[in-house]
Amino acid sequence: MVHLTRRLLSGITLGAMLGIATVSTQAATLHMAWSQDATGLDPHKQTAFSSLRLLELIYEPLVRVDASLQIIPAIASSWEFSKDGKELTFKLDPKAKFQDGTAVTSADVKASFERILDEKTGAAARANFLSIASIDTPDAATVVFHLSQPDVPILTAMSDVNAAIVPATEIKAGSIGTKAVGSGPFKLDKWDPNAKEVLSANKDWAGGATGVDGIEISVLPDEAAILAAMRTKQIDFALLNDPLVATLVPKEPTLQLNRVPVLAYHVLQLNPSRKPMTELKVRQAISCAIDRQEVLDTASLGEGKVTGPLTIPARATDPTQLFCYKRDVEKAKKLMAEAGFADGFSATVIGATGEPPTAAAEAQVIQSQLAEIGVKLDIKMMELNVYVDAWLKGDFDMAIALNGGRADPYTMYNRYWTKAGNLQKVSNYIDDTLDSQMQQGRAETDPAKRKAIFAAFEKHLAEMSPWIWLYTSYSYTAQQKNIAGFVPTPTGTLFSLSKVTIQQ
Amino acid sequence: MDYLLRRLATFPLVLLGVSILVFVAIRMVPGDSITAMLGTEAGLLTPAQRDSLAAYFGIDQPWFIQYWRWVGGILHGNFGISVTYGRPVLDVILERFPLTLELALLSMVIALAVGMPAGIYAATHNEKPSDLGVRIVAMIGQSTPSFVLGLLIIYTLSAGFGVLPAMGEFAPLWQDPLRNLSQLILPAITLGFAFAASVTRIARSAMLDVLSDDYVRTARSKGASARSVIWRHALPNALIPVVTLSGIEFGYLLGGAVIVEQIYALPGLGRMVLDAILQRDYALVQGSVLFIAFNFMIVNLLVDLAYVALDPRIRLGEQ
Repeated sequence: MVHLTRRLLSGITLGAMLGIATVSTQAATLHMAWSQDATGLDPHKQTAFSSLRLLELIYEPLVRVDASLQIIPAIASSWEFSKDGKELTFKLDPKAKFQDGTAVTSADVKASFERILDEKTGAAARANFLSIASIDTPDAATVVFHLSQPDVPILTAMSDVNAAIVPATEIKAGSIGTKAVGSGPFKLDKWDPNAKEVLSANKDWAGGATGVDGIEISVLPDEAAILAAMRTKQIDFALLNDPLVATLVPKEPTLQLNRVPVLAYHVLQLNPSRKPMTELKVRQAISCAIDRQEVLDTASLGEGKVTGPLTIPARATDPTQLFCYKRDVEKAKKLMAEAGFADGFSATVIGATGEPPTAAAEAQVIQSQLAEIGVKLDIKMMELNVYVDAWLKGDFDMAIALNGGRADPYTMYNRYWTKAGNLQKVSNYIDDTLDSQMQQGRAETDPAKRKAIFAAFEKHLAEMSPWIWLYTSYSYTAQQKNIAGFVPTPTGTLFSLSKVTIQQ
Repeated sequence: MDYLLRRLATFPLVLLGVSILVFVAIRMVPGDSITAMLGTEAGLLTPAQRDSLAAYFGIDQPWFIQYWRWVGGILHGNFGISVTYGRPVLDVILERFPLTLELALLSMVIALAVGMPAGIYAATHNEKPSDLGVRIVAMIGQSTPSFVLGLLIIYTLSAGFGVLPAMGEFAPLWQDPLRNLSQLILPAITLGFAFAASVTRIARSAMLDVLSDDYVRTARSKGASARSVIWRHALPNALIPVVTLSGIEFGYLLGGAVIVEQIYALPGLGRMVLDAILQRDYALVQGSVLFIAFNFMIVNLLVDLAYVALDPRIRLGEQ
């Protein structure tokens, strides 16, 4: 007791000496922290994880996905596909208003999608909306998308904040990206890049009252420092990337860790256009030689789940049913010998430093596992931008990657595994079966048939082994135990912060 | 005066060299503003989309035209616009600089206040156990990375005492001096610890050199007290290496203390430059490096002028 009192006193004295606040939480403002800040405010151009998470609180798309990845209303209160799947009609929520007080109309929806489709905008999601032939606005609350071909996944693509509805007047004024005027639950009052964001509740939000008056986001680049700030109650809620830090959260009595498997996947990308990965048997041998669970356990402290190509819970196949998901070194050696590489070969694997934080460790485990079948891997870690540059050019033998997932398998993989995919240069692999399965999946409206098509797609992809899918990790958020109402989701969205409350 | 003018005349030339170096270096690094913004999603862009974004970021022209425009702008006081902040580069730099300057000054004060007495004490107790103690502590100080010390301080305070300086929003000195000091004192100690260790070692060895000089022996033989020998006769001459070291360290610190700013989440110049490099904010990187180079030259000049004040035998600029 004496010891405790002394410790407490010394703490108070030290705090007083340094002018330190021990408790900084205000009743109605949520104090949040993340280590990487948003990189911009244009919802059509931003793809960085933090940017999307910030913009989801300010802007709204027509629809959004819930925690079970089902489509739910956002700006649109209802929607309907025509029987031939070539017409998609939305009815807008009459209560939807932009933060400048003007109503969200069909003209804003049309102007937003025309902006996305305009090549001059440089919108990253444009590729998902190429089937839009024209947009009609029969009245202020109705929007009809005419599609050039049946496109079922377009609805899921519209749930992304990259398809946010922005005011037509702001588009005309050219102020998207410099001024954030959305229809979402929060207004952006201040953004000091790489330091701080201040959001206040949007009293006109069609979704009803928010649980807090505002959110202050601090950028604390070091996640150990975020944890320290949470211990001293300076921070109520935080986003964490590093499993090493996340696993320390449950040890703190006042903190709670939320974790949920995400759609993004850790993968070893092989380059099937480079010898000897051109040989199916070599690629399969690599697949058989890798113990995915060991990679997960060593690199990510077991924080995740071994996965096949499909990470969407409702669509994923049990990984044990996929080709060589149980490590089989003998089979791998045999396949190598049959391909004429009994003595192995040398290759380079690239990875981005710190992105994900587990990249280097994954490369090292894989290096040691592949050494057993004679594959000598040289690991080359690069700064993220340098890595992205090499990745986009397909300039690698193998690459350790953490690729983003989507709520629909077509939107997720169209870019890599169709003949017209924008990232064909990255996957370097053309396969008629995969292409045709993707096209069938795009046009099929029957959910059961779609599921079967993508199950076959996943099985074939794992067997052809152009890439070796490893595992999905968790998305981590940490919070004080007096914060209630946050719902973590596989997309990583923080949208449910709109309904969190701070218990006194 | 002549010397000062001559030194000042070299500034434009050095800055021109720095401008070319930084301009070329940042563009030699693979990746550009587009891949920095979009990451791997940049692969989804059509050539027309890419061209449009390149024009937006001002990287659609050949290098020499980009360089010419940039330098031309600087001559008119325009350092360009930061694409991250959407504001003039100079405004962003000047907003961050006071924190960096304050942190550098505080660290230097700590380093000199601790390092000088420790160095002198060690020199006057040469080869005694207390000298050994000082040297060991100095060695530890020099070899402890600032990120280890910084995290250790943060962990000890937060886990052991449940207190921590307010992180995130920084309070400028003129707005809230107490809060400002509470936010900067720990980073300054973190930086100052290693700095103080260097000062201790240099001060000790300089003092030992001077104490064995003839004029010190003469002073002693004339009956000067030990205190007078050290403070009046030896110290001024022992200060020159300390000033050199402090000047160089201070110049480095004015460029920002990246790691300490990262750990303590301080919005200083170092973190800003690091973020600008990662986000390929060319105008901001270029402007900041020029600004840092200019500061470094000013500090160097002040150090040279300080030599004259410390040692009248030194005449600057004489052949």
